[in-house]
Amino acid sequence: MALTQNLQSPQLYLQSLSRWRPAEIAFWLATLLPFVLAPNYLSLASQIAIAALFALSLDLILGYAGIVSLGHAAFFGIGAYSAGLISRFGWGEPLTGLLLSTLAAGLVGYATSFIIARFRHLALIMLTLGFGLLLAELANSAGWLTGGIDGLQGIHTWRLLGLFNFGLFGTTAYAYALAVLFFVFLGTRRLIHSPFGLALRGIRENWVRMSAIGAPNRAHIRTIYTIAAALAGIAGALLAQTTETVSLDSLGFERSAEVLVMLVLGGAGRLYGGLVGATIFMVARDQFSGIAPEYWYFWIGILLIFVVILLPNGVLGGLPNLIARWRRP
Amino acid sequence: MSAPALSARGLQKSFGSLVVARDIELALPVGARYALIGPNGAGKTTLINLMTGILAPNAGQILLGDEDITALMPQERVQRGIARTFQINTLFPGLNALEAVTLAVAERRGLTRRFWQNVADNKEAIDEAHDILVKLQLDDCCYQPTRELPYGRQRLLEIALALATRPKVLLLDEPAAGVPQDESADIFEAVAGLSRDLALLFVEHDMHVVFRFASHIIVMVAGAMYTEGSPAEVAAHPGVRDVYLGTRKHG
Repeated sequence: MALTQNLQSPQLYLQSLSRWRPAEIAFWLATLLPFVLAPNYLSLASQIAIAALFALSLDLILGYAGIVSLGHAAFFGIGAYSAGLISRFGWGEPLTGLLLSTLAAGLVGYATSFIIARFRHLALIMLTLGFGLLLAELANSAGWLTGGIDGLQGIHTWRLLGLFNFGLFGTTAYAYALAVLFFVFLGTRRLIHSPFGLALRGIRENWVRMSAIGAPNRAHIRTIYTIAAALAGIAGALLAQTTETVSLDSLGFERSAEVLVMLVLGGAGRLYGGLVGATIFMVARDQFSGIAPEYWYFWIGILLIFVVILLPNGVLGGLPNLIARWRRP
Repeated sequence: MSAPALSARGLQKSFGSLVVARDIELALPVGARYALIGPNGAGKTTLINLMTGILAPNAGQILLGDEDITALMPQERVQRGIARTFQINTLFPGLNALEAVTLAVAERRGLTRRFWQNVADNKEAIDEAHDILVKLQLDDCCYQPTRELPYGRQRLLEIALALATRPKVLLLDEPAAGVPQDESADIFEAVAGLSRDLALLFVEHDMHVVFRFASHIIVMVAGAMYTEGSPAEVAAHPGVRDVYLGTRKHG
C-alpha cells in the first residue's frame, strides 16, 4: 500500500483524494429509490433532504473549521422567513425565491461573522446560542411580519420551472429538494478539496500552527461562516417553499440542537456525515413518534448515547472500525 | 555593515511582578547561526514568543531588517519573513506531511482564498512543498497522517513547515527536544544544511550540539542577557560555567 503510494507523484496523489468513489455514486443513486420504493413517503424524503442540507452547512463550520454553533438555526430561519415573505408579497417563483433567501441568510451570516471570528471555544458556543435566541424572540415579537406564534400563513409556491406543481404527494417537493441538495453538495465537495478547504482543516487541526505559517485564520473563519449561513438559508427556504408555511420553530433552539445531533450521529468532518445523520435522525423520529409520540426524544437520547460511546466519530467514522474489529479473528 | 536581519531593542516583558524579559538587546545578522542557551526558566521561549508576536512586550522594539514589526500580529510577521518551530510539537495531527507543507506554501502564495479550485491543480505549490520534504528526507512518509509519524520525523516536519513560509529569520525552539541523542544529530545536520541567506537562532540544551553548530552563543539568565560571544569566549567565561555549564557535565 505504502509502496504503491510512493510511486505516485505528489500531485497525482492529491488528485486521487478528490476522486469519486463507488460508494459515493451508490449513495446518490440510492437517493432516487424513494420515488420507486416508497412513493407514500416522499414528503418525509424531502424533509430528510432539507435536514441533510442543513446538517451539511453545519458540517462546514463544525466538522471542517471546528466552530461549534448552537445557533445555526438562525440562518435556517432567516432563509425560511425570507422565502415565505417573498411569496406572501406576491412572488411565488421557487428558484428566484431560493436565491434571494440564500442572499439574505448569507448577508446576516457575513455581518455576524466579524464577531464570530474573534472568539473560540465556550465563548463561541454561548455567542451563537445568544444570537439564535435573540433572533427567535425578534421573530416572535414582530408578529405583524412573521405571524408570530401562529406562523407565517398564505405562502403559495408557483410551479417549479413553470411546469411541476407542488402537490400533496411530495413528488415535486422531493425532486426539488434532492436536486438542490445535490448541487450544493457538489459545490461543498469542491470547496473541501480546494486550497481554502485545506486551510479550514488546518484551522481545525491546529489554530496556533496556522498563525505560525502566516495564515489569516479570522479571514478564513469569516468566509466559511458566511458560506455556511447562506447554505443553511437554502435549507430553510426549501422547507418554507415545499411546506408553504413557516413557524417560529424554524429558528428555535431545538432546531439548532437537532442539527448538531444529526451531524454527531453521522460523523462530523466527513462530508457525508450530515447526510447520513439526517437520514437516521428523521427516520428514527418518524418511527419512534409512531410508537410513542410524547416520548420519542427518549429514543433519540438513547441512540445519541449509544453512538457517542460506541462510535465516537459518528456512524460514518466508526462503522468501518467496528466492522474491521468484528472481522478480525 | 548592513542592518541585522532581526534585532531587538530594550525589550521588556513582565507578568505582574515577575520579569521574564529585561532590557533584551539582540542583533541577528544575515546568515547567523546563533545559539540561545540558559537554564530552565531563563526566558528563552519567552524571547521567541516576543519576537514572533505571540506575546506583546511592555516596552522596546523589534525590527525585521529596517522595519519596526513590534505592533504586528504573528501571521503578519510570518508573511514578512520570521518563522519559528515549537519546543512541543505544534503540528496538524490529521493532515499528512504533504498536505501540511502544501498548506503552508499555499498560504504564502496567497492561494488559500480559492475555494473553487482543486488543491491538486496547483502543481508549482505542490512541487515546492515536495522539494522541502525531500530536503528534510520526509518524502518517504509524506502520505502518512502526521499523528502516525515517528517522533523524530515530527520534529523535522516542524522545520519543514517553517521553511515553507520562506523565512529570512528562523527561530528554532529546541528543535531536537525529546529526540534520542543519536537522532538529534540528524536534525541538526538538516539545520546546518539550510541556506546561508537565512538568519538562524536556536535554543538548545545539549552543549555538544551548541558548540558544534553555533557560530555565536547568547546566554540568558533570569530574563536578561547574561553574556554573548563566540563559543570559545562563552566557554571561557567564568560566570557561564557557574550559572549554566557548571550544573551539567561537559566534556
